[in-house]
Amino acid sequence: MTYDWPILLPLIFAGLMGLAILIYVILDGFDLGIGILFSLAEDTEQDTMIAAIGPFWDANETWLVLAVGLLLVAFPLAHGVILTALYIPVFVLLVGLILRGVAFDFRAKVPAGKKHRWNRIFFLGSLIASLAQGYMLGVYVLGLDIRPGGMAFGVLVAFCLAAAYAAMGAAWVIYKTEGALQKKAVGWLRTALVLTALGMAAVSLATPFASPRIFAKWFVWPQMLYLSPLPILSALLFVWLWRQTFHLPRPDDRHALTPFLTLAAIFALGFAGLAWSFYPFVVPDRLTIWQAAAATESLAIILAGTVVVLPIIIFYSFYAYRVFGGKATDLTYD
Amino acid sequence: MDPLIFSRMQFGANISFHILFPTITIALGWVLLFFKLRYNATNDSAWMRAYFTWVKVFALSFAMGVVSGVTMSFQFGTNWPGYMEHVGNIAGPLLAYEILTAFFLEAAFLGIMLFGFRRVSNRVHTLATVLVAGGTTVSAFWIIALNSWMQTPAGFEMRDGVAHAVDWWAIVFNPSMPYRLVHMLLASGLTVSFLIAGLSALRYLKGDRSESMWKALRTGVFTAAILIPIQILAGDQHGLNTLEHQPQKIAAMEANWNTGPNVPLVLFALPDEAARENRFEVAIPDGASLILRHSTDGVVPGLNDYPGNHPPVFPLFWSFRIMVGTGLLMLAVSWSAAFFLKRRHTLPRPLAMLMVPMALSGWLATLAGWYTTEIGRQPWLVTGVLKTADAVGPVAGSHVALTLAVYLILYVLLLIAYLGVLVHLALKAAKDGDTSPLPGVLNAALSQPAAGE
Repeated sequence: MTYDWPILLPLIFAGLMGLAILIYVILDGFDLGIGILFSLAEDTEQDTMIAAIGPFWDANETWLVLAVGLLLVAFPLAHGVILTALYIPVFVLLVGLILRGVAFDFRAKVPAGKKHRWNRIFFLGSLIASLAQGYMLGVYVLGLDIRPGGMAFGVLVAFCLAAAYAAMGAAWVIYKTEGALQKKAVGWLRTALVLTALGMAAVSLATPFASPRIFAKWFVWPQMLYLSPLPILSALLFVWLWRQTFHLPRPDDRHALTPFLTLAAIFALGFAGLAWSFYPFVVPDRLTIWQAAAATESLAIILAGTVVVLPIIIFYSFYAYRVFGGKATDLTYD
Repeated sequence: MDPLIFSRMQFGANISFHILFPTITIALGWVLLFFKLRYNATNDSAWMRAYFTWVKVFALSFAMGVVSGVTMSFQFGTNWPGYMEHVGNIAGPLLAYEILTAFFLEAAFLGIMLFGFRRVSNRVHTLATVLVAGGTTVSAFWIIALNSWMQTPAGFEMRDGVAHAVDWWAIVFNPSMPYRLVHMLLASGLTVSFLIAGLSALRYLKGDRSESMWKALRTGVFTAAILIPIQILAGDQHGLNTLEHQPQKIAAMEANWNTGPNVPLVLFALPDEAARENRFEVAIPDGASLILRHSTDGVVPGLNDYPGNHPPVFPLFWSFRIMVGTGLLMLAVSWSAAFFLKRRHTLPRPLAMLMVPMALSGWLATLAGWYTTEIGRQPWLVTGVLKTADAVGPVAGSHVALTLAVYLILYVLLLIAYLGVLVHLALKAAKDGDTSPLPGVLNAALSQPAAGE
């Protein structure tokens, strides 16, 4: 294989798209998760939870637009194939995202009597969006299989991902709040971790039966050896986090961010595993990243802009997070 | 069920719903910056009250724009895969640059703009407002560039049925782009000024005579009065540009069937495409020739020159007239309101009552204008390159119809809620007047106090 631009560019864009999806899953993961946990919180706690994500959620969701945008612009053929096959789940995802996105603003601006309704919509929208994402991931993993077996697998992944998002949300609440709500969030985190672990175990057991291709990719010598750090490290982090939950919150609120970072690391490891399972396909078993890629000159002009702009985006995103660092207080337009 | 017609309806519904909100945020960002700069210059907290009232509208509109925009980014793939397959090499980079240069900028600094007044220095807060307003405008730039390229494509070549970029400058600044961009930015300015004027008029009618109401009202009315003649001029220039590059669109807008000189300006008609004539026509002799060619014997293109290759006449004819009619009404209302505010320092009640429904006149004109230009592109998706019918995806018509129905219900409900909140915010502001607490006093320790506290 020679490393010239027509070979390299699709690879680079696959990497960028993967990065965008990973950042999206981690960032929107915690605010979707907070939406799922919304149903468990009291009225005043809900305001604090919203305050913990209010300044960020727009930017978080923009990473989804970037990921879909990169799929659209870098792999136009795959974009069509994937999204037409997932027509209904994509639609459900969008309805969920629309509902929760507007509920955010409406709940703060409607007359007090109607706030309750928008709180419910925020919860439902977040839950629907999370489930839809998990379902799409499951169906996609199996090569866009929409027979009953594939759909059942999709449902399984949907619950697993929703539980994982709830765990992310709880970890973010632990980081951004204090007192009773923070203690409550530790309990939520523990429950969500159990559900995530159960879900992941089920998914791991089901995958070899559902997709012999992925099974074959993982369980051959010597790849098995190189890949073994991924599941082992994930499991260790998971167990370590589980033990941590019994000591949180710590005095002086030390390590409040640790659960979130640990979960983000687990997500990143899982994501690396998924990427390995697919490579080099962008539509499993149908289109490789090179078959689906846009013209080289078009990719080059996007890359030129991306190389300049992406670091700036990451820089000012950090800045925005820093401005709103520390514990969440009442969110006011100030 | 035919997936093509349902997909078109669905795309039309989604983009119509979507465009309502960017139309507000593009210009409202700059209006907020104006409020902010006036506050910086005068230390008059009424400007900051106006800012805080309207920043809430901005936040809500922005959220509506984001979620409906996410829908748009998926629509290309779910319903129109042929679009990206054939012209993805052109559309892709333009969309990518929109996301990279505009979306993230807006989204990241929106948080600081909305919630950061006391967390960052006043200078950084003003800068955040500039960046958000600039982001919305840059976003409009890229989208208008792509849309205009679809209307008047340039700077590309076809290889095996796929468009490849040859000259990016020619692609971005294609023949209709500058006209469309100016027309749309002005439309956004007018939409926002009428929205501000209308909701301020509602406060006025409720007896609110606070400084922040007057400041918002004057800003809205005077901006509208200044922008509307410029918009009429820009619209005329845009029309002449369309005449040059898409004559069949002009022919449909004017419901003119036969090419020739001395073409009348049709004021009212029911164009009948089957019989290829206008029924119940009311027309001004030589009017269209005068407007389009600036001479009574100027030749105006007719639909019969483009058999089977021109857009549907009835919707174009009427949406164009709705846009122009709304524009003329805007001219009359904004100039009379400006007159009364300037000379009499008051607003007659009937005029204020007319201004309240006119708050949405910008939406009406913008939608009618977009329908004119977008339906006017048919049967092409990209003029001369790709037909709409060839881009539709393989999804079953029943699926598309089902999702369309749910989108429509959702959009109607959200619009009702949105308008309800706007009225609620205006009434609340009217009740509080200048006594409303400036936001954020609770945690004032975090940063600077607002002037006058």
